Amino acid sequence: MKPARFDYHRPARLAEALELLSGHGGNCKVLAGGQSLVPAMNFRLARPEILIDINDLKELGRLEDGAQGLRIGALVRHAAFHQPADDSELSRLLSRVVRHIAHYPIRQRGTFGGSLAHADPASEWCLVAATLSAEMTIASTAGERKVPADQFFRGLFTTAVAENELLTAIEIPALPPGARGGFYEFSRRAGDFALAMALAVLVVDGGVIRWARLGLGAAADRPLRLLPVERMLEGRLADAATFREAAAAARDLASPSGDIHGGADYRKDLVATVVERALTEAAS
Amino acid sequence: MAESRTFTLNINGKAHTVNAAPRKSLADVLREDCGLTGTHVGCEHGVCGACTVLVDGKPVRSCLMFGVQAEGAEIRTVEGLAAADGSLHPLQQAFWEHHGLQCGFCTPGFLMLAVGALEENPDMSDDDIRDLLSSNLCRCTGYQNIVKSVRVAAAQMRGQARS
Ligand SMILES: Cc1cc2nc3c(=O)[nH]c(=O)nc-3n(C[C@H](O)[C@H](O)[C@H](O)COP(=O)(O)OP(=O)(O)OC[C@H]3O[C@@H](n4cnc5c(N)ncnc54)[C@H](O)[C@@H]3O)c2cc1C
Ligand code: FES
Ligand code: FES
Repeated sequence: MKPARFDYHRPARLAEALELLSGHGGNCKVLAGGQSLVPAMNFRLARPEILIDINDLKELGRLEDGAQGLRIGALVRHAAFHQPADDSELSRLLSRVVRHIAHYPIRQRGTFGGSLAHADPASEWCLVAATLSAEMTIASTAGERKVPADQFFRGLFTTAVAENELLTAIEIPALPPGARGGFYEFSRRAGDFALAMALAVLVVDGGVIRWARLGLGAAADRPLRLLPVERMLEGRLADAATFREAAAAARDLASPSGDIHGGADYRKDLVATVVERALTEAAS
Repeated sequence: MAESRTFTLNINGKAHTVNAAPRKSLADVLREDCGLTGTHVGCEHGVCGACTVLVDGKPVRSCLMFGVQAEGAEIRTVEGLAAADGSLHPLQQAFWEHHGLQCGFCTPGFLMLAVGALEENPDMSDDDIRDLLSSNLCRCTGYQNIVKSVRVAAAQMRGQARS
């Protein structure tokens, strides 16, 4: 359980990190919080020859809140969300979601950008980014580009970030006035990866859903934003019958694969349950 | 490639200069190069928490950090908990009095986890304490006495903080 040898670099500036990445590409890896990469290296599932430790790049560690929403530097730790960054519903929602990511010591090191770049389909932050239309800033020596969430997640552990690129920031737009969030996750033990989870944000006015966002995690090879279910919800009564119908529709859109933690059918049933509960919370 | 490096770690207020390969975990550097074997190594993939130490006041898995990464940080390990005269830290005392340990393998990790979290928030609720302690594994105690020990020590540490 010891990692293979590697060359270690800890650049002090972003430009230096990008130079290193462009020079080495395939056989090098970015080291952020190390909470996914180092276990993989210890198991020798990953054997990078060069590690570029980005922990000294302070400019990637800023969390900025404004009327537009949140701008999260790639190196912002999970623990930065333990307390809401401001009194917006978005920040409150993230402070509830973060408690489901691993455990307290892992949240002290693990980073928002690392979670997105790693793209585990059971990652809470990936679900947040996909559901709330986050926009990712990706940098290389050639410059910066912005990639919306629906083009960022490409499949299991696969994103739009190329080998010679660095994810630098994630922007999540502010929620509309009156929006309320709901999140529900099922896992076998506290801190485990989710077997299913759902994130819902609703604007309910006079008992009617005016605006809906709904996303599913751990239910396919990537986080899913359920656009057809959102469309179905808008204009409907925010009641139990609507949420049950939405849950059934979500179940049909999920394509979880079975594993030792549960078969595919069981996971589909879980999908329906977590969707119903997330929606109910968002409407309460 | 991957030559070993010479770097200095600040552990429990003392400087330790070591020569180690970058791939060596902080846990292994502490144990093998600094002679501080109180930090235990269990799973080496972040699950068990036996290796928990404080880095700049925060409890972290020292098996998921490389020793070189801790250069410049303030590291605290279980060896630094007791006072210079040997009197135990309130958490150590509580673990002793309330049978918070049996074989003791997991104990340094639980102590450092709880010290870090209680220093950040001395007013943790019972639910918060249980949620926190779910971070680490113990194969002996059944956890109830660990929860009890931390609860007692938390109350004591709050008392000390106010007096
Ligand atoms: C016991 C345990 C339980 C866990 N449970 C959960 C859980 O329930 N939910 C969850 O979401 N996560 C969980 N995690 C994973 C944790 O959240 C990680 O912190 C996260 O997945 C990766 O973030 P990191 O900063 O640690 O990235 P690292 O481990 O440093 O990197 C992960 C990958 O992303 C790449 N990378 C990192 N940053 C960048 C960047 N800025 N640009 C380009 N590439 C980059 C790395 O090269 C690597 O391939 C768990 C981890 C452990 C050990
Ligand atoms: S040895 Fe580090 S968490 Fe198990
Ligand atoms: S006391 Fe033996 S593992 Fe916890």
